[in-house]
Parts: sequence; structure tokens; C-alpha cells
Amino acid sequence: MRPLHTKFSRIKSIHKKSSRKESSDKISTQWKSSQRKFFCKKSFNMKVYLSLLRIRMINGLQYRAAALGSVINRFCWGFMEILAFSAIHQSGGNFSMTFSQTVSYIWIQQAFLRMYNVIDGDDEIEAAINDGSIAYELTRPMNLYGNWFTRCMANRLSPTLLNCLPVLILVMVIPEPWRLHFPGLMTTVLFLISTVLALGVVGTIAMLMHITMFYTTSQRGTKIIGRAVTSFFAGGLIPLPYFPEAFQRLVNLLPFAATQSTPLLIYSGSLTGQDAVFAMGLQVLWLAVLGTFGYYVMDRTLKRVVVQGG
Amino acid sequence: MIEFQNICKTYRVAKRQAGFKNAVKSLFSREYETIHALDNVSFRIEDGDIIGYIGPNGAGKSTTVKVMCGILTPDSGVCVVNGKVPWKERAAHVKDIGVVFGQRSQLWWDVPVIDSFELLRDMYKIDEKRYRCNLDELTRLLDLSELLKTPARNLSLGQRMRCEIAAPLLHDPKVLFLDEPTIGLDAVSKIAVRNFIKKINEEKGTTIVLTTHDMLDIEALTEHILLLGHGKILLDGNLEELKRRTSTDKKITVKYTGNVPEISKGMKLTESRENQLTVSIDPRIVPVSAAIAAFAAQTDLLDVSVTDISTEEVVAALYKEYHI
Repeated sequence: MRPLHTKFSRIKSIHKKSSRKESSDKISTQWKSSQRKFFCKKSFNMKVYLSLLRIRMINGLQYRAAALGSVINRFCWGFMEILAFSAIHQSGGNFSMTFSQTVSYIWIQQAFLRMYNVIDGDDEIEAAINDGSIAYELTRPMNLYGNWFTRCMANRLSPTLLNCLPVLILVMVIPEPWRLHFPGLMTTVLFLISTVLALGVVGTIAMLMHITMFYTTSQRGTKIIGRAVTSFFAGGLIPLPYFPEAFQRLVNLLPFAATQSTPLLIYSGSLTGQDAVFAMGLQVLWLAVLGTFGYYVMDRTLKRVVVQGG
Repeated sequence: MIEFQNICKTYRVAKRQAGFKNAVKSLFSREYETIHALDNVSFRIEDGDIIGYIGPNGAGKSTTVKVMCGILTPDSGVCVVNGKVPWKERAAHVKDIGVVFGQRSQLWWDVPVIDSFELLRDMYKIDEKRYRCNLDELTRLLDLSELLKTPARNLSLGQRMRCEIAAPLLHDPKVLFLDEPTIGLDAVSKIAVRNFIKKINEEKGTTIVLTTHDMLDIEALTEHILLLGHGKILLDGNLEELKRRTSTDKKITVKYTGNVPEISKGMKLTESRENQLTVSIDPRIVPVSAAIAAFAAQTDLLDVSVTDISTEEVVAALYKEYHI
């Protein structure tokens, strides 16, 4: 990456060449406009983001067979996990999560699985980078980060909306002790807010992963490692309260805990009161930090993008 | 409208010899080759012009288009399109341009075309009335009414290309970039696309930059052509001039019965089939009438046609002349 000052000197020299008389004028207006752009972000156009969300949902809602398959898949997988945890609990030992809390954790996780996955369903974004259709994306009068971030969220929201209700209904009618419990209105509201925040954090992490694609030829390795890391540290395999105390204290501060762990623990009742508020505060913080970071990295990356071929 | 001054763009490409040994070697040290995709390219395009941008594969045509669209940042040089520097004010710039990359698709694959169009409407903040009006007009001109409700994946290439070309015109762009818009189309679709492009240019005064390998596109659409080779502008002029410059030769095709006519001095045989001959002549040396008279004296002529050298041949000759 070129140091910034040479870029500015280049702008100046360009303007000198193009029109000598007005050059100083132009530099100052250019400065002003770039300042304006920088400080008061262009009027935020919500409509286009909703529209993006909409087309993505339309796109996602038509795969009926896939939806049915994944409902069955979620149910069986969750059931197996519950059996494993039931064995752990029966073997004795002191855990900071009760069996019933674990059951809630697992069912909600299964119902909202697609929403919590960092690496999932962004095929068309990966394809855009790989095959060069990003060329089209760059000719749209909107910020590419905002565009793709919205799509990341929509890619997760649309399959979730399709899958979550059948799974939830199913696991609310199965017999005890495997049944999902309703934790009360207040907790549910907190859970929903936290889930939306989690979706945001997932989107920002996914965006960072996509940005690495600009620098690598193949995304395979990044995806395998990314999937393992993001899932493990987010309590995707084993809920974080089952880990040793010291490990938990560290992991809880990482952005991965701000994805699925926080909302799931809130729902299952292992994260309450001040702890819940603190965890949600961390979610907001990570969302802001990772979002801003991704935005600027993307901005710098795009200046160096080379769209190959045809 | 578009001004290009001394634009340079280089790419760095990793190179290695074939074989396993070299592949291993390249893990540790790589050799790079610098490719000058654009080398001091300068030109001007006026408002309302249609410009044909030609050159062999790898000449730098697409790179130029990408620079003008703000997708690529050149290494040096000035480019002003519509009063803006594309890569500096990308968002503001792209609002006023439309782009078609013939080899890629901008339609959402699994949803009806109209949904893609509505997304574009919101992206470009086109107000409803203008959107309706433009959509109706495009639907009429490109015969889209049946296609709009169909998912893009179910369209044939020709149908899809009609939709692809309609898409960037929904927001009334001032400049339209068409990068190989007729690639892979059948003759009927090509003609439809050409007529449409011409109409848009005439009615709306849209400046059009067209890159293509199909010389018939050029011949049908534009006078002003730019020839690019090895990243340099080799020619900037109009088609007629170019034809005159490269060759004033005429092509005479005669069909005959009876004796095989002999080729006299100043004629060049280009094709010979049973009862048919094609020769090219330079009319300054052998007048066309004299050539025909010579044939008529020797054999029974059934049919004679005299044509100019085709654009294809002119361009092929140019490529040869410039060693590109």
C-alpha cells in the first residue's frame, strides 16, 4: 500500500496538468468535498438496504426442499447433542449450567443456527470476488461495505425465518425433559435484542473474512479455520459455561462470545441481570469496532483491487 | 464528456515455468512480470458520441473501461468523465453512468428480472414515475414484457442480454459503457441490440462507449473508432478514413461459365472456386471497368459484384500492420 502523502501529491499534480489556472481552486474544493464525505456520511439511505434485504429473502425463500431437510437435520442434531449432555449430567459433577438450561440453549441454537454461523451462505459474495462480478458491484452508487454487510445479514436471516418456526414448534411439544421452555416475556425480549446484535457481529466478522479473499486466491483454508475458531469460541460446540473458569473469563471478552453465546445464555437463563447487560454492551462494542475496522480496511483494499480478465 | 490523459496502468503477474520442480521453486521465490495494460493512453470523447473501441484480446480495452467506471485506479494520468475523477468520487460518478459487461451478469440469478430492476431502482434512487416511464419504454423497445416475470436463470442468453442492457438504462445515465454487449448472441439478437443502442443514442443523447470484437457492431453503430494494441492507442479516427488509409482496394467477384479467365497484371487473386473468382484490385492501377472488361473478353460472365474491403479485413490488416 502506498503511503498517503504520495497519493495527495499525485492529486495535486493531476490537477496542475488538467487545468493550470484553476488548480488551486480545484484542490481546495476537492478537499472540501472529501472532508464533507468523510465527516457527515452521505444521507443514510435505509430504503436501499431494506430493498437488498427483500430481494435476498425472495431469493432464499424459494428453496422448499432445502428448508424441510434442514428442519429435520436441526431436530436430529439437537436431539443427539441433548443426549450427550444428559449423559454428562448423569455422570455427576458440578456444572454452572443445569440440564434444563442446556436443553433450552441447544434448541434455540438449532432453531437460529443459520443466523449465528459466521461462515455460511455468502456464496454470491465469494463468487463476486472470485469471478470478478464485483466489477458490477463497484458500479453501483452505494457503499460496498454497506451493500455486502446487508447481504450477509439477509443471507442468514432468510433461511432462519424459514427454519426456526417449525423447529421451535416441534421442540415445544416434545415430552419432558427434552422440551424447550419459555423463559418469560422480559427474557425473551432481551434475547431477541441480543440476537439482532449477534447477527450484526456475525456480519462484521464475516465481512472481515470476505475482505481477506481479496488477498488470497483460494478461500478454502481461511474458511475451514474460520469456521472452527468462530464456532468453538462462540460456544457453538459446547456452551461456554462448561469451560474452566479462567478460560471463560478470557473468552467472554472476545468478539466470538458476542455472537451466539450471549443470546443463547440469556435465553437459557444462565446470563441474567447485570451480567446480561454487560454482555450486551460488549456486543454493541464489538459491532461498532469490527464494523468500523472492516469499513476502512475494505475502503483501502478496494483502491488496490484488480478485476482480472474480460 | 470523457477525457483521458496519459493514463498508465501496470499489472504484476507471477510467472513460472511448467513442471513440478518449478512449482516448488515458486513457493520460495517468485518471478514477476510487469504488464503494461495501459501505456500513456490519451483520448477525448465528445458528448453524445458513440465510440467504438477495438483491439485484439489483451489490448487493454476492458482495463480502460474499468478505469472510466471507477473500478480500477490507474498508476498515473488524468481521467475526467462527466466532470468527475471516477476512482476518486466513485459513488457520485457511477450514478450518472450505466455499464454492461457482456461476460458477466448483473441480474439476480434466482429471482424474476423485475425484482432485480426494482433493486436497481432503489439503489439509484430513481423516483417511481421516472422508473415506470423508463421501464415501459425499455419493455417496448426491447420486447421484455414476457421476460420480466421470469427468473434470470430461465432466460436464454439473448433474452438475458436484452434485460442486461435494459438494466443500466433505468436511471438515465449520461454515459453508457458496453463491454462486448453482443458476445455470443445470434444474428437476430445482435441486430436488435444494435438498433436499440442506436435509438438510445439518438433519442436520449447518451454517450456510448462500446468495446467489441464484432466489426459489424462497429459498422452499424459508429463512425468514431479507437484502436488499441499493447496498451497504446494506435489510431483515433473515423471508420471511413481508416478504410481509405489501410486500403483503397476493391474486391471483384465474378461468376462465369466456360473458360477460366486469366488474372492480368495489377489484380490479386484472393479466392478461386469452380466457376467463381475473387480478385482484389487497386483502382488507381487497374480501373474497375477495365478489370471487368478484361474478364468479359475472356469468358462468359454470369454475375459480377464489386465491393469495398470489409471492416473485418481492414482491422485484420491494421493488426498486422502494427504487429499486434
